[in-house]
Amino acid sequence: MNENKQLDKLLQQDYEHGFITDIESDTIPPGLSEAVVREISKRKNEPEFMLEWRLKAFRHWQTMIEPKWAHVHYPPIDFQEISYFSAPKNASDGPQSLDEIDPELLKTYEKLGIPLREQEMLAGVAVDAVFDSVSVATTFKSKLKEMGIIFCSFSEALQEHPALVQKYLGTVVPYTDNFYASLNAAVFSDGSFCYIPEGVRCPMELSTYFRINAMSTGQFERTLIIAEPGSYVSYLEGCTAPMRDENQLHAAVVELIAFDNAQIKYSTVQNWYPGDKEGKGGIYNFVTKRGACRGVNSKISWTQVETGSAITWKYPSVILEGDNSIGEFYSVALTNNYQQADTGTKMIHLGKNTKSTIISKGISAGFAENAYRGLVRIAKSAENARNYTQCDSLLMGDTCGAHTFPYIETKNPTAQVEHEATTSKISEEQLFYLQQRGIETDDAVSMVVNGFCKQVMKQLPMEFAVEAQKLLGISLEGSVG
Amino acid sequence: MLEINDLHVSVEDKQILNGINLTVNPGEVHAIMGPNGSGKSTLSNVLAGRSGYDTTTGRIQYQQQDLFELSPEERAHQGIFLAFQYPVEIPGVNNIYLLKAAVNAKRKANDEQEVDAYEFLELAKDKIKKLGIDKSFLYRDVNAGFSGGEKKRNEILQMMLLEPTLGILDETDSGLDIDALKIVAGGVNQLRNKDRSFILITHYQRLLDYIKPDFVHVLANGKIIKSGDYSLALELEKTGYGWIEKMEKVSQ
Repeated sequence: MNENKQLDKLLQQDYEHGFITDIESDTIPPGLSEAVVREISKRKNEPEFMLEWRLKAFRHWQTMIEPKWAHVHYPPIDFQEISYFSAPKNASDGPQSLDEIDPELLKTYEKLGIPLREQEMLAGVAVDAVFDSVSVATTFKSKLKEMGIIFCSFSEALQEHPALVQKYLGTVVPYTDNFYASLNAAVFSDGSFCYIPEGVRCPMELSTYFRINAMSTGQFERTLIIAEPGSYVSYLEGCTAPMRDENQLHAAVVELIAFDNAQIKYSTVQNWYPGDKEGKGGIYNFVTKRGACRGVNSKISWTQVETGSAITWKYPSVILEGDNSIGEFYSVALTNNYQQADTGTKMIHLGKNTKSTIISKGISAGFAENAYRGLVRIAKSAENARNYTQCDSLLMGDTCGAHTFPYIETKNPTAQVEHEATTSKISEEQLFYLQQRGIETDDAVSMVVNGFCKQVMKQLPMEFAVEAQKLLGISLEGSVG
Repeated sequence: MLEINDLHVSVEDKQILNGINLTVNPGEVHAIMGPNGSGKSTLSNVLAGRSGYDTTTGRIQYQQQDLFELSPEERAHQGIFLAFQYPVEIPGVNNIYLLKAAVNAKRKANDEQEVDAYEFLELAKDKIKKLGIDKSFLYRDVNAGFSGGEKKRNEILQMMLLEPTLGILDETDSGLDIDALKIVAGGVNQLRNKDRSFILITHYQRLLDYIKPDFVHVLANGKIIKSGDYSLALELEKTGYGWIEKMEKVSQ
């Protein structure tokens, strides 16, 4: 039962000492100015429009103030202390083999059933260029190319498909959107670009995991996914394994666009370093994710399992422009120790007969704070719009908190909006019942919690779901008893 | 197999058990009867290892070990099974998933090979057939939305699958109609053999018409005040528990 605490401790040690702190020659020194923005764009050899856009974003950002409305607390961030560009690390800088990695971190990988090669990748071990998944990735790429699907890094897209990027970038999340989105727009380092042509059903789950060059995209990531009419894509972001990461602030932007009859399914498992038991040193994850259902009958689903980061602040949203379009949000947010999460969604109904479903499951343990914040807005134009929202919170112990902030704005009398919310405690009775059946405490907790999250977990692609289930268990180890 | 010596237990400073002595040998079925509040459920909870019960004095030996040294899980692995009086609901957890996890946890602890999903399904189907319950039982959430009778039958199904060494039934018969009672009794009778023992905690003699106990004990005010064979249960049925109180007054 103390294993988790030890694990936490050791994990933290690993994060503290395992990081490479030497400033390399191809890293721009800390600080943010117009010159830095220009330098980033120049080093990336970007087209002119991109630099213009970055500069507009930067100038706008300078006029903004940091938002404070979330139910989270953290010391002020000094944006001049951050280094905004770092070229991919040289292989010789990292650990040379798994022998150099904290055995406790490896144990976690083991528990998650991660193959050795992938463990090396996650732990940042220098691996040979000839490496299983490189060939896998290459095979994937050629298959996708045949179908006309573009799946590459954002940098690559700017070189190879600048017209597409220019046409869609910032059309869902404009550079003026919010403080962190503006910052991202000015300095984003890289990310993923994905384009599905008309009528194409992407035959596999697209995952950054198979994009080798995605490994060190840094703290300001940008993703753009475009689904042309009648197309379908399922996209996986993140990884269940705790990843080594040197950046404390992560401010990513994700934009999704679905045209007529197109469907985008976006699944995230986020397990970044949550900080130590006192909440020190964890990652701040301040993300803007938004999808636009532009066409009729289009559909965007967000599914997220958030167990990591010291602070998670994000609201994957859907703008339902097309008639009959559908937006879905399925979320599990688990916070332990001093983690804080303020997450939820916005469903903006503009088109007729638009439908949205929100299922949010928040789990708090230790001294954690977990908030659901959601907005359902039915515009005047949205005849017969429907929304169903369900927010459930599960508390473990009496030192954690769960909060629900649902906002509903309806401007059309034909709208039907339902909201259900529950808060419950994991009961001693449930745990004793399972223990009496021979199930260890940690497994019993995991079983009850996974049961609580079932509605969301079943939305995840199969393999991802299995890993996510294990992850929930591991994240709560030792939190009871 | 089980030896309880001079067991005193209190809950939140209130003395509930006042010196229980009980020996259960392999293959025996003991019925413990008594009025409400006599400490019957406390005894079953203490045997299963539930927290919140303070053993002030006394000891319990189970298979030559100090029972108090074992966690609830370990007790389960070593064959102690408690059929709960009020089985708890666990939403979102499939019944068959729990059953399989329980069976495999026990097997793993005893260095036996775990059963795979297919094997387990066959095993479970066989048991539900023997119990005469519907297959849909396996795929519902654990006890969620179950009727009282269904919950009790589910306890017996779990017991059949876990094949305990010592089965404790805590008022499993209360609130059951006669058909459900027969199912519960049938489950116990099928499991009965020379190595397996049962403690039946019950308020009524009715259950004992279907499961013939070897011994009947009367528990009152945290003490076994009378022990006998099946005829004691019949006597209780006739006279009720009123005479116990009189006896208590006399002894005071």
